[in-house]
Amino acid sequence: MLDRRSRPRPDGRALETPSPGEAGPRSPARTRRDGRETGPRKKPLRARLRQDWQLLLMTVPALGLLTVFHYIPTLGNVIAFQDYSPYRGIWESPFVGFDNFYWLLTDPAFWDATLNTLTITAFQLVFYFPVPIALAILLDSVLSPRIRMFLQTVVYMPHFFSWVLVITLFQQIIGGAGLISQMLRQHGYDGLDIMTNPDTFLLLVTAEVVWKDAGWGMIVFLAALAAVNQNLYEAAAVDGASRWRRMWHITLPGLRPVIVLLLILRLGDALNVGFEQFFLQRDAVGQEAAEVLDTFIYWQTLAVGEWSYGAAAGLVKGVVGLVLILVANKVAHLMGENGIYRRTS
Amino acid sequence: MTTLTRQRPVWAETPSPPERAAKAAVLAAIALAVLFPIYVVVLTSVSPASAINDAGGLVVVPRGFSLAAYSELFAGGVVTRAVAVSVGVTATGTAISLTATTLAAYGLSRPGSLLHRPLLFLVLMTFLFGPGMIPSYLMVSSLGLIDSYWALVLPTAINAFNLVVMRAFFMNIPGEISDSARVDGASDWVILTRLVLPMSRGVVAVVGLFYAVGYWNAFFNAILYINDNAKWPLQLVLRQYVQQGQNISVGALADASQSASTLPPSLALQMAIVVIALVPVLALYPFVQRHFTKGVIIGAVKG
Repeated sequence: MLDRRSRPRPDGRALETPSPGEAGPRSPARTRRDGRETGPRKKPLRARLRQDWQLLLMTVPALGLLTVFHYIPTLGNVIAFQDYSPYRGIWESPFVGFDNFYWLLTDPAFWDATLNTLTITAFQLVFYFPVPIALAILLDSVLSPRIRMFLQTVVYMPHFFSWVLVITLFQQIIGGAGLISQMLRQHGYDGLDIMTNPDTFLLLVTAEVVWKDAGWGMIVFLAALAAVNQNLYEAAAVDGASRWRRMWHITLPGLRPVIVLLLILRLGDALNVGFEQFFLQRDAVGQEAAEVLDTFIYWQTLAVGEWSYGAAAGLVKGVVGLVLILVANKVAHLMGENGIYRRTS
Repeated sequence: MTTLTRQRPVWAETPSPPERAAKAAVLAAIALAVLFPIYVVVLTSVSPASAINDAGGLVVVPRGFSLAAYSELFAGGVVTRAVAVSVGVTATGTAISLTATTLAAYGLSRPGSLLHRPLLFLVLMTFLFGPGMIPSYLMVSSLGLIDSYWALVLPTAINAFNLVVMRAFFMNIPGEISDSARVDGASDWVILTRLVLPMSRGVVAVVGLFYAVGYWNAFFNAILYINDNAKWPLQLVLRQYVQQGQNISVGALADASQSASTLPPSLALQMAIVVIALVPVLALYPFVQRHFTKGVIIGAVKG
């Protein structure tokens, strides 16, 4: 008990204060943990190179990979402004300005996919987002370490399954030919038609996400709960607050920073609902319900061959996503949270 | 992670029996929701044909035991090959990813070292803006990696999140340890391999698991870059034969001379493929599970 109370807040603190050596102005009081001389500016470049060349060398493989598979392809987005043809290549294909974007923004299929994506995000915000919080509060109230450990192990697990596997399992249990349908039919009822019904697709994908990732999402909240000052609970109890009131007035406020942070991150990620889950179910459910931006881009390009069009769609998605993240982060800062990156003031 | 025995604080009231029963029921339901599908699938895959026929589908109550489906799948054929591909890609990919990530994480972990800020910025930028599906595809194809196993490894070899998790962990190691080594004349390479890594087994295990699971589960890269279905990894086979319910022909399954009549029922075969996709994850996972909370929190918070 004491251990839990007196523990320094391993994560909560990190949320609020920048760690030493991270972003922030170089203050004279800054001490270097590795004992090298402070104030690297004073040293000539050659000396610093001699001192740090091994560190630089170590970053080469990773940065090389990022350059080849992240930064150079990012430049490849230039084909969104071209009439790209694989036979001519990027250098030879003619530039067409914003034609592809004009085409895209007047394409109802694009807007349908966008609408689906946003609907799914909004739906999951309401019906998925609170689940890990509730799960964490519930699990935190389990006193027996063995049961607690067991439950944690079990609920984390599906996060590590692939989407193919998750959808297969769902199919086998609740699908039209699955276990539950079979049992219903044996008892004279109609089977279920969940996996192929566009009307309930939102519920289905949300249920899948909950099954797969709610346990994993819980980890952050569990850690935040462990950091809540236990004295607050005692004081509240002494003042006569019931268990529910303590949850309302202490537990939830204790989780607030994490909740706000994750909420903001989710909003910044509104256009990313994932590719695989929808790609895999698109055939069964039909594209009216299951087409999201990522699958739209895939089908427009690799299936149809409209490279520039797909790249334009990808670029719009990427840029809007970037703006959303930056705005969300700004909001986080305004609310006094740290956001995804710290203010570099 | 709190593993100490917790007691109810003296001031807290004990829940009433109905409350406790309700909580137990909810927790049991949650555990069951995860475990039951896995149980049914595993059981069906090891059930003899008669049990599957009796059940008319998935087997819930065990009746008999048979490994026929597995011996069939591993007799050399689509699934055997796919498992080999997935194992190879996972092993190679994890080795490459883990090496490059560890090196870069350490290389960027010394505050004040030359260029560490701009380089770190380059890593962190990848969180904000992805290149997009089409330009990535064009890059991979212009490198001639279409239908190459490297296309399953290299594009996703570096995960910025994992890198940041490791870097955060390295930065939390007390500086005095590497100071004393440096005084003794140790280079950064020696400090990393002799001092830092032995102290970081937990985070290396977790990040290694993340990478390994990523490669094992990789579907997106395979669907984009692998057209030749002789080179399919397991996840694509899973989709083809199980999710889309395509029949597994004897010829596709094995070069064996068996006739269709001796083949285990297709449901058992399908469930066996599911189990094969499932088992490595289940087997690896308990060993690194206890490091999760720490590793993920560090990364999530500092990212």
